[in-house]
Amino acid sequence: MDSMHDLGGQQGFGKVVHSRDAPVFHAEWEVRANALYSLAVKCGVFNMDEYRHAIERMTPQHYLSASYYERSLTSLATLCVEKGLVTHEELAQLAGGAFPLAVPSAPGRGNHAQRMAFVPGDRVRVRDEHMAGHVRMPGYIRGKHGVVISKSPAYPFPDAHAHGVHAEDEPTYDVRFEAIDLWPLGAEPAQVQVAVFESYLELATAGP
Amino acid sequence: MILSYSRKGLAMTADTTPIASIEHRLDAMQTVLHRHGMQPDAFIDTFDDLAHVHWVPANGAGLVARAWTDPAFKELLLSDGMAGVREAGLSMPPHHRHFVVLENTPDIHNVICCTLCSCTAFTIIGLPPDWYKDLAYRSRAVREARTVLREMGLDLPAQTQIRVWDTTADTRYMVMPQRPSGTEGLSVDQLAAGISKDALIGVAQI
Repeated sequence: MDSMHDLGGQQGFGKVVHSRDAPVFHAEWEVRANALYSLAVKCGVFNMDEYRHAIERMTPQHYLSASYYERSLTSLATLCVEKGLVTHEELAQLAGGAFPLAVPSAPGRGNHAQRMAFVPGDRVRVRDEHMAGHVRMPGYIRGKHGVVISKSPAYPFPDAHAHGVHAEDEPTYDVRFEAIDLWPLGAEPAQVQVAVFESYLELATAGP
Repeated sequence: MILSYSRKGLAMTADTTPIASIEHRLDAMQTVLHRHGMQPDAFIDTFDDLAHVHWVPANGAGLVARAWTDPAFKELLLSDGMAGVREAGLSMPPHHRHFVVLENTPDIHNVICCTLCSCTAFTIIGLPPDWYKDLAYRSRAVREARTVLREMGLDLPAQTQIRVWDTTADTRYMVMPQRPSGTEGLSVDQLAAGISKDALIGVAQI
């Protein structure tokens, strides 16, 4: 889905607030938030693709105003409600106030019908597709051309795995793009390598 | 529907019930997992130990320092990162099926980000630092890497090619920084002690 989480190339966020040896956690509750969603994954309540997708389904207003670990908590709570471990009303009662959740999911999909294997050196194009469900393709590469540089082992296909849809595992390819092709007139020169699932790619027929 | 926002985040929902504090919402979820027999209290302690004691950048630093001093291990680590991890007695979670180590050279500088969330090889380089998860780094690293690195204190020569790696799947990356000159006499442990998490992400040099 096209949502607020897809931040690559978005402008206006200002300088990175960086410190040496920066901490991972800033409060005790953040450790608990990380632990609780990890526990739910470990216990098989949901998988990491469902977890990521529930974060993506937060309204953009909520996503941007929430801290990183509030997003973790919201995903955990949303999935536990959707899977029937607790109702939204019970959660609000337990918390002693309103408990905002993510919005419902759109359907997922299986592997692409024209999925094909690639080898390093292949020139590829990212399919120009806009799916309403979970997708692990950052918007900034959609429709763009790049070159395959390596292939990974097969992984569960996120577009299916986040939705309980059956699909074959498929590899990802590290595809090299030039930043100036991704944002013409609007990027600094660099090579941008993105791990792209096989279903998202097609063989390029001609140069851009 | 959400009606208003404060600096601390969401303030109210459409029915005007104030949103519960983050701690109270977390307590509620802890109760839910407890009711379903998942023993969250014990796991929080386990996780705290994993996050602070076991998943530390010293793991990745040890891999790099060994690779700097052992050509055969370096070849293994660069050609099959998972095999290098196993060889060193380390591990990665089941959903991380591929580990790619990126060697910096005088000509090429690698840097890692995750624009969609904040994925890292957390058992090897530690959980991501705060700035890695922030909106500014996630949005800007792919589009204006040189400026972002300079702002973070790493001013690369103009002729150095920058390669940004966006962690958009479950392949995990680690940067192998260049070995500093004048370190020939140091042991593997001494070398490892000088390798920071920032260097393993690629926003710093040694």
